[in-house]
Amino acid sequence: MTLRYLVPIAAFAILIPIFIIGLQRDPSELPSPFLGMPAPAFSLPSLEDPTVTVSNNDYAGQVALVNVWATWCIGCRHEHDFLLTLAAREDIPIYGLNWRDAREDALLWLQQLGNPYVASAYDADGKVGIDWGVYGAPETFLIGPDGIVLHKHLSPLTEEIWQRDFVPKIDAVSGN
Amino acid sequence: MRTIAVAVLVLVAPCALAIDAGRAFDDPELQSRYEEIISEVRCLQCQNESLKDSNAFLATDLRREIRRLLGEGKSNAEIYDFLVQRYGEFALYRPRLSGKTLLLWFAPLLLLGAGAVVAVRVVRGRMAMPLDADAEDETDDDGRQVQVTDRP
Repeated sequence: MTLRYLVPIAAFAILIPIFIIGLQRDPSELPSPFLGMPAPAFSLPSLEDPTVTVSNNDYAGQVALVNVWATWCIGCRHEHDFLLTLAAREDIPIYGLNWRDAREDALLWLQQLGNPYVASAYDADGKVGIDWGVYGAPETFLIGPDGIVLHKHLSPLTEEIWQRDFVPKIDAVSGN
Repeated sequence: MRTIAVAVLVLVAPCALAIDAGRAFDDPELQSRYEEIISEVRCLQCQNESLKDSNAFLATDLRREIRRLLGEGKSNAEIYDFLVQRYGEFALYRPRLSGKTLLLWFAPLLLLGAGAVVAVRVVRGRMAMPLDADAEDETDDDGRQVQVTDRP
């Protein structure tokens, strides 16, 4: 007789946490299939100078950030100040992937707001974006010295997110 | 009559701006494969639309890539692989059967099975009960009640 009441209560007790967790997850944040895998190779003209090539070889052997951005992206505007702060610390090189943007607009943006990037690759038709599984901006990839994707972040970066999600992973690969 | 005709024309006009109007391939077989693929793939930017229905720019880009791959003679499976490698199984409306998606595919069957087990047990339990089991329950309850109130 007690089992008859306990079973539904137990089922309810199991379901509730599942629902709570499920409701708090953002369905638009997809896990990247590249996590723990080598980041795709790319080679694109630089945003500033089309005759210069920016490629994954530029950051080979070091921990680097690849930040997908565009001038039409509001979130990118939000995280820009933090990127500048991060660049000023000179802890980690930030590479930009300017995604589906107009070159003049992007150059004006960097000129007006400041340029946190060591270099920005210019992906006008979004082809490299597709290779990297990009489906929105901003997206930030943390790449290890061996070219492995250590982390992917999908919303504007903040100091808090940086300290929580990035710093421990950077420390782990740099042996601090 | 004329007003109606104009109204209909105005309402129908946006259809002319339909996504990717016109055929992508002259070869009817390629064209039908193309249409099949783009209706099976989710637009990652607006997740409840297929590539076929979405006018998000990512969908435009992905349709372009799919046309390119089809033009290069890639098979449907190779094209799905291309997308899954980059965006995960989530990109496909019908994720393929693999270790990771096993639970996703068979969860409905599992739940149905669990429901059937419960149903069978309940029915068996009822069959084992005497016909006036409910009535007995009540007298039991009453009996206990009487005892409690009778207690000095």
